[in-house]
Order: sequence, then C-alpha cells, then structure tokens
Amino acid sequence: MFSISSDSLQPAALARSLADAHAGACVTFEGWVRNHNDGRPVLALDYEAYAPLAEKEGARIVAEAREKFPIVGAVCIHRTGALRLGDLAVWVGVTAAHRAAAFDACRYLIDETKARVPIWKKEHYADGATAWINCATRGDHAAVAKI
Amino acid sequence: MITVNIQYFAILREQRGLARETLVTPAPTAAALYEELRARHNFSLPQDRVRAALDEEFVPWDTPLREGQTVVFIPPVAGG
Repeated sequence: MFSISSDSLQPAALARSLADAHAGACVTFEGWVRNHNDGRPVLALDYEAYAPLAEKEGARIVAEAREKFPIVGAVCIHRTGALRLGDLAVWVGVTAAHRAAAFDACRYLIDETKARVPIWKKEHYADGATAWINCATRGDHAAVAKI
Repeated sequence: MITVNIQYFAILREQRGLARETLVTPAPTAAALYEELRARHNFSLPQDRVRAALDEEFVPWDTPLREGQTVVFIPPVAGG
C-alpha cells in the first residue's frame, strides 16, 4: 500500500496495520525533517505531490518489492504540506517471515520512492531563502553553492 | 489547434504563477508544448530535467497530444 497524506503520520497505527501471523520480522523507516542540508540551516519544509501519479508510481514500487523479496506486507506513506523540524515526512514498514527480506525491501521502497515518485520538497532556510531541492540550474546561486 | 488542461507543481507552479490552466495550443507533442510554455514563462528547467505525464501517466516526450488531455510536467523529484 502506498499513499500520499496531508495529515500527520501515526507510526504506531501504521505498524499495527502490518500485523500478520506469518511475519517474523518488521522493519520500519522514518524520514524526519532535519535542521540542515548541504551545510545550510533549514527551518521548515514544504512537500507537494502530484497525488494521482504519485500513488500509481508508488503502487508499482510496492509491487516490484513484492516480486524481488519474499515479504508479507509493505506500506509506504508520504506527507504533503508544511512540515516543521522533527516532523515525520515519510514512513515505510515491511514485514516478512525473516529479517533479511524485510530490511532489503524497506531499503528498496524508500530508495525508489525518493528517485521516482512525483513528490517535491521546498526548503526554507534560516537566512530567509528558499529552494526546490534538485531543481537548481546553471547560474542559480543554490547550484553554485553545491558544486 | 487542440485544447489541453495543464496542471503545474512545485517550481513550475511558482514560475508559471498558476496551479492549472486550460490552453489552446498548436503543439503536436508533449515536448513541443513544454518548449512553448518554457519560452513564454521563462521556466528555468531545460526539457531534459523534466518528465511529461498525460492523463496521470508518465509518457515519452514525443507522445502526440490529444484534445482534452490533462498535461503535467514533472520537475526533478525530491521525496523522502
């Protein structure tokens, strides 16, 4: 199950939704809003998603994980909206009979989600500047600072 | 000329100044429409940094546009 949520994420309830007597392992990943990126102090983030396509692409990633790894259950849910430091931006949970598949599938889900799902992140910096991550272009101060 | 419904997200929404618009265009493909819009609105991202989606599915840039389609251009993503 993959979904986009404009409401805050509830990890305990999400983990309970994976409960299954066939599972002997549950691996979860939480992505949190941190206070820095590339050496710049960050105050807050905005996440935006093209939800219909994000959920389709996310469902494909979950299906791929099920083909690649012998897992029992998988959930990935990503926030949209204005998030503050420490807020939970993304939650991934995978269950499997044994831990190796659960670890591997959890890693696959978060890596592919970051690379493929149409979700965008805007950082708000301590100096008042903002930037859409990965969208800098030549001549852009943000791009120059990263080289 | 065809009429398409365009939705903008993230940096493209800000550079366009709109979240959506209905546009009459001579563009035969998604690529041609992006170039038309990029020239008109000074989008900073070149086409090779962007993907195209028609009716809620990724498509190759040379996909022909059809009347009434929903078009979304996908800037570089940054989930997580």
